[in-house]
Amino acid sequence: MSGSFRRLISSRSTAVLLASLGAGTMATGVLLNENSSLAAEAKKKLYPPSSDYPDLRKHNNCMASALTPAVYAKLRDKVTPNNWTLDQCIQTGVDNPGHPFIKTVGCVAGDEESYEVFAELFDPVIKDRHNGYDPRTMKHPTDLDASKITHGIFDENYVLSSRVRTGRSIRGLSLPPACSRAERREVERVAVTALAGLKGDLAGHYYSLGDMTEKEQQQLIDDHFLFDKPVSPLLTCAFMARDWPDARGIWHNNDKTFLIWINEEDHTRVISMEKGGNMKRVFERFCSGLKQVEHLIQERGWEFMWNERLGYILTCPSNLGTGLRAGVHVRLPKLSKDPRFSKILNNLRLQKRGTGGVDTAATGDTFDISNLDRLGKSEVELVQLVVNGVNYLIECEKKLEKGQDIQVPPPLTQFKK
Amino acid sequence: MPFGNTHNNFKLNYKVEEEFPDLSKHNNHMAKALTKEIYGKLRDKQTPSGYTLDDVIQTGVDNPGHPFIMTVGCVAGDEESYEVFKDLLDPIISDRHGGYKSTDKHKTDLNFENLKGGDDLDPNYVLSSRVRTGRSIKGYTLPPHNSRGERRAIEKLAVEALTSLDGEFKGKYYPLKSMTDAEQEQLISDHFLFDKPVSPLLTCAGMARDWPDARGIWHNDSKTFLVWVNEEDHLRVISMQKGGNMREVFRRFCVGLQKIEEIFKKHNHGFMWNEHLGYILTCPSNLGTGLRGGVHVKLPKLSTHAKFEEILTRLRLQKRGTGGVDTASVGGVFDISNADRLGSSEVDQVQLVVDGVKLMVEMEKKLEKGEAIDSMIPAQK
Repeated sequence: MSGSFRRLISSRSTAVLLASLGAGTMATGVLLNENSSLAAEAKKKLYPPSSDYPDLRKHNNCMASALTPAVYAKLRDKVTPNNWTLDQCIQTGVDNPGHPFIKTVGCVAGDEESYEVFAELFDPVIKDRHNGYDPRTMKHPTDLDASKITHGIFDENYVLSSRVRTGRSIRGLSLPPACSRAERREVERVAVTALAGLKGDLAGHYYSLGDMTEKEQQQLIDDHFLFDKPVSPLLTCAFMARDWPDARGIWHNNDKTFLIWINEEDHTRVISMEKGGNMKRVFERFCSGLKQVEHLIQERGWEFMWNERLGYILTCPSNLGTGLRAGVHVRLPKLSKDPRFSKILNNLRLQKRGTGGVDTAATGDTFDISNLDRLGKSEVELVQLVVNGVNYLIECEKKLEKGQDIQVPPPLTQFKK
Repeated sequence: MPFGNTHNNFKLNYKVEEEFPDLSKHNNHMAKALTKEIYGKLRDKQTPSGYTLDDVIQTGVDNPGHPFIMTVGCVAGDEESYEVFKDLLDPIISDRHGGYKSTDKHKTDLNFENLKGGDDLDPNYVLSSRVRTGRSIKGYTLPPHNSRGERRAIEKLAVEALTSLDGEFKGKYYPLKSMTDAEQEQLISDHFLFDKPVSPLLTCAGMARDWPDARGIWHNDSKTFLVWVNEEDHLRVISMQKGGNMREVFRRFCVGLQKIEEIFKKHNHGFMWNEHLGYILTCPSNLGTGLRGGVHVKLPKLSTHAKFEEILTRLRLQKRGTGGVDTASVGGVFDISNADRLGSSEVDQVQLVVDGVKLMVEMEKKLEKGEAIDSMIPAQK
């Protein structure tokens, strides 16, 4: 029974139908039993939205900027078809006021429909985070044709490794903040079954976090593949670490160049990586792998969450669109000390991170350089932007080595409107 | 969570086996008690405020526990949780509280005059005395479940009640979110300040949400009576002072509690209590009296004696480090308190502490003189 039910709700049109039925307090009345719907109604009268409105005066995140008392009042009593609420979307942003210099997002989606039912919150958040992208009027381009990339091989005297990652969500199943254990296990099953169908240079093996041996664990740590239970309060306050390590795992191909994380911050995180500077090949494998996985899940009646307003739907609004972060570990000893370094990066729409990933410091002169943007530009555009940008940075480094001066490039344009 | 029934009905589309948590590596009371049958029976239920079985057990699923320390592994979201989920909670309560049966009645006795002695613990050994309990306010859901609106209403009511106290109970409320640096320093020096919970036992149960909104500390001017608002329970009430006069600490405790309760009753929000479970608190381990009466006592010799643990067990006492639960002892000083909460009254429990600590101090003195203590070892209380 549940198999066919899942098929039913997994089709795009049915999901839309359910969303239109469910988006409102009527759904609450229908889904809860008599007793509790009376209590819930009484509670709503006793506690108007103003009594529940969070204190965001010390907060600096996109949610706090967008969530006015009026928006809260309008959305507080709504539920998605999966019974996910606004308070659940914003809990992480309430619990984590943020930092004066770093503006975090401060809200997550519990399911695909969250972005619709709570659009009055998510649309301004998306606009704020994605440079003015307006989901009401704009369309997001998807392009996974790696053959279009030019000049995608870097000087390996500077670039130590190349990597492209994205996420994919399985339509019809709730996202990590909201999913039940059964749903999470279903995500694992769907993904692992599909991955088992990969062949050739993509053939690989799945390691469940709960069942892996000590030896396997050590190997995965040495390969820099292993992810651990989230400790960041941004994630734990968004309920993403529940039931750890149930239904979490890592799949990778035998060559160790294509890797999937299952049920960490998203249903799946897909990573293509190699030592050295051949970003073109990394992206080719990325696109080919993604397309094959998509085909394999479609054979069984599943599909990825995607729409033309928001592109690929992921847990965090910051990862909408392509969900793509393409980057390199690159040595820039001279350039990184130049006072114009940050401006150059900014104009190239690039960001630097430490070599441990987000929120880590750089070791020595090696930086993780990747694209800032996710939404409004296609995968090909973003990877080309990283390719062009990193090539430029290397040129700057070489110039500085020779004692020549460098130039700050003009700022790149945002997405086409 | 305060968000309706959180996705619960949707989960019912999956079979019990598909939703049942993997507890194979777990060692806590919930993991011991939760069978697939019980899960199947209770999974479609919810309390009137929408708390569900998965909400109750989440903290126990997320925290497998320790081979040596058996944590509880579940919490209540409201008063009704203990009824709606009794098929799970009754066996846990029985296991945790020495075989307490679902038909047993709990005795409440807050008449401090019924305590015998307790004013003469040797201050050369007993450095400080303290009694704490918790109280939940009827008509509100508990910290794992309550909304910001409810939590603020609890704070408002608590502050109204406490600021109306006078005499030895006259004091001041310090809300966590607006205290000054100077106030914070002082509260830390006084060992009063509680901070955002870091223990995953609490955070996985949703108790740190919206921190520090509607949390605060109230204490009297003489710093001997203290109330925590909206930490792990609605209210935690603490009476303490330096030295060994446990009788006085208990007197102040009882009198203060009764004064506060009167005020809440006037507002039609008395404390959650019933004759089977006594005072209803968030964690099943604190049901009954919710009382932990204890001392910081110097027992360097006795604590290294081979029979120390056995003596404690027979006296129905437990030891902790001087930092409280899950800390180590420093310099031979231990926190000794009652082990029981449910099935005996407040007076009974404090009496055990008073009598037990008195005996242990005498044992310590004997050991100092190089004498044996075997004849003093008590029978099981």
